[in-house]
Amino acid sequence: MKSLVELRQLRSEIDNKQAAAQLNLKAKIIVGMGTCGIAAGAREIFEAIEEELQKGNSDAVLTRTGCIGMCEQEPLVDVQLPGGDRVTYGKVTKDDAIRIIREHVLGGAVVEDKAVARCITGKQQTGHELDQQARIPTYDDLDFYRKQYRIVLANCGRINPESIDQYIAVGGYEACAKALTMMSPEAVIAEVKGAGLRGRGGAGFPTGLKWELTRKTPSGKKYLICNADEGDPGAFMDRSLLEGDPHRIIEGMIIAAYAIGASEGYIYVRAEYPLAIRRLQIAIEQAKAYGFLGKDLFGSGFDFDLKIKKGAGAFVCGEETALMASIEGKRGMPRPKPPFPSVSGLWGRPTNINNVETFGSVPWIVKHGAEAYKAVGTEKSTGTKVFALTGKVKNTGLVEVPMGMTIREIIYDIGGGLDEGKELKAVQIGGPSGGCIPRDLLDLPIDYESLRDAGAMMGSGGMVVMDNSTCMVDVARFFLKFTQSESCGKCTPCREGTKRMLEILDRICSGEGREGDIELLEELGNHICHTSLCQLGGSAPNPVLSTIKYFRHEYEAHIKDKRCLANVCAGMGGAYVIDQQTCIGCGLCARVCPTGAVSGERKQPHVISEQLCLSCGACAQKCPVSAIVQA
Amino acid sequence: MNCICGHAQESYAKYFDPLYSILSNYSKDESSLIPVLQDAQDHYGYLPLDVLKEIAGYLGLSLGKVYGVVTFYSQFHLQPRGRNVIRVCTGTACHVRGGAEVLKAIENELGIKSGGTTDDLEFTLETVACIGACGLAPVIMVNDDTHGRLAPETVAMVLNAYRTKGEEVSRATSHVSH
Repeated sequence: MKSLVELRQLRSEIDNKQAAAQLNLKAKIIVGMGTCGIAAGAREIFEAIEEELQKGNSDAVLTRTGCIGMCEQEPLVDVQLPGGDRVTYGKVTKDDAIRIIREHVLGGAVVEDKAVARCITGKQQTGHELDQQARIPTYDDLDFYRKQYRIVLANCGRINPESIDQYIAVGGYEACAKALTMMSPEAVIAEVKGAGLRGRGGAGFPTGLKWELTRKTPSGKKYLICNADEGDPGAFMDRSLLEGDPHRIIEGMIIAAYAIGASEGYIYVRAEYPLAIRRLQIAIEQAKAYGFLGKDLFGSGFDFDLKIKKGAGAFVCGEETALMASIEGKRGMPRPKPPFPSVSGLWGRPTNINNVETFGSVPWIVKHGAEAYKAVGTEKSTGTKVFALTGKVKNTGLVEVPMGMTIREIIYDIGGGLDEGKELKAVQIGGPSGGCIPRDLLDLPIDYESLRDAGAMMGSGGMVVMDNSTCMVDVARFFLKFTQSESCGKCTPCREGTKRMLEILDRICSGEGREGDIELLEELGNHICHTSLCQLGGSAPNPVLSTIKYFRHEYEAHIKDKRCLANVCAGMGGAYVIDQQTCIGCGLCARVCPTGAVSGERKQPHVISEQLCLSCGACAQKCPVSAIVQA
Repeated sequence: MNCICGHAQESYAKYFDPLYSILSNYSKDESSLIPVLQDAQDHYGYLPLDVLKEIAGYLGLSLGKVYGVVTFYSQFHLQPRGRNVIRVCTGTACHVRGGAEVLKAIENELGIKSGGTTDDLEFTLETVACIGACGLAPVIMVNDDTHGRLAPETVAMVLNAYRTKGEEVSRATSHVSH
């Protein structure tokens, strides 16, 4: 590969090939095969379809794609008849799959009751199918997609991640060709700086500035690292991106390597993501074969080689200095900064580390220019951010929105709000380093500064919706337990401090909290934040501090009244009682009671034996009419 | 590696041959340590002390250093593990959607606690912080397969698919007895 012209030529060849395939009038069936799709049973569906196609003697083409972000609807199957729109089916079972093949692929009639959406690709459809398709909403009609702005996720769920041709067919590697053949490294950096791109790993350091610092450090050898050690519980955008569009990340890395002058790159991926690793391996091999990786790329004299490093299960390796220690074969422990990696990083050489999503934004910026990127988002936080929307929300999934959108818009307009009349209590943003945002701050715009001021953090972009059945003290304890067990043990504030905080939370949750515990947690938390060596410790108290800030009354209820307002913390306070007027006698409480303390006739009000009740609260959680309260 | 059959030397060589072929793929320095350990564990199922000693010798590192790395990362194991490894996600989304109940159900089904291995070496049970399939919470992983939207009631069905099939066992034993 020598030039943009050559790449464009290749693209038109691929286009012609695809057009020829269209003329062959073959139907296309595409199964969503990301980790979530497979978890929902996509592999069995794939096999069932294969079998059914053979039976029906069909020459339809069966392929796979990555995650389109609609996790709630998995497994997803797309069908595109020659000339027709691409129709997406959701929550497909084996039987549905067989029906879809028989009725749609072989019979030409859309299975309307299973269709979720369609993507307008058709040009020449007529008759029955056209009428039918018109009744199915397009992707842009769906609430889930209408407010999204997909830059990084544009290809996820659209192309086959194991085919470099499909990536090239949608304009892939053109940004990298443009950068290497028509721009100087300084010009690339200026473009990224001008776009205002900030690190998507959480802290939000300006990417262009980081590149410039690494470029300016004189050294014979420099390294580039992609941090794909996505460890935050509740975040999975990096996995989906690597599984769904690995070439985008590789392209972003080639551009970055050219800009800083690095000849060797590493992608550090969690070992828990086997599919992402496999797809990356395939993508790297393909990129090498096409001449996008290797020597003298695009005739620029620039060499770049890329390797995958598998993590070994340590959350702290998401911290950049710990990550580099791990690549070097050492225990993954952070070290003090400065020197920053841009001066002395991997094996003492200048090194630039960026997150997956950051690299994923780069090709778009180079292709469309800084101004176009800056037009999206807010003044200080430009562009888009991907969030993993999970928890008690209707449409769980991956969403990419312009920065500055409010939390309310994301949860209610895109996520469809909460399940069956449940009430939102808080939103946890940023995983174990982030915080809980209460309901009255829902109109907070999502950008680095607003979140930080509210006591949360962009983090990697996990967004977990919680309702009234969630105890905020328990949530804080959950996160602290996580960071405490992942603390590498090198510095005292993090090693000892988080342990002490966890002990205090444990006793609060078991009803043995003492007067002054809240103040003690605050004091300890602030010290840990300010004195820890790395950001694991530096942000570990955030979930505790933010829940104390917004839900102090829940802590007080645990300590003073020995009560858990959400009935989550077991064994606290006195026995439970059933309100005889409200009870409908459904018997659900009797079924979940571990000690058989509940008795009563069906359809008659039940009672709880005070002697047998353990105060675990299981009955109160199950009660459909909220008739059970603590005495 | 004590052996009473008199073929200690041969058994020893046979035992380490796969390790040597793993090592030959890597350069003799510290940066190879983690990938070598990963490959060795893939082959042996865990990291026996003898294997660690060989690795340390080949890479020119002290056994203490190798041991330090092995015990630092949660992925490495010094004890034998089950044929199937179950990883129960305890991440935020799974936590909120009843992951703990699923874990309890598996513990009851297998009669082991998290971190344990069944006596027949069929299953090892552990918890992980997040599998990254939060949209399908609660989620578990068995080996490299992810299973989502689980409930305590459906756990047994998932696990049964991984048990060595009855007939296969009898075939295997009959093969041994012949």
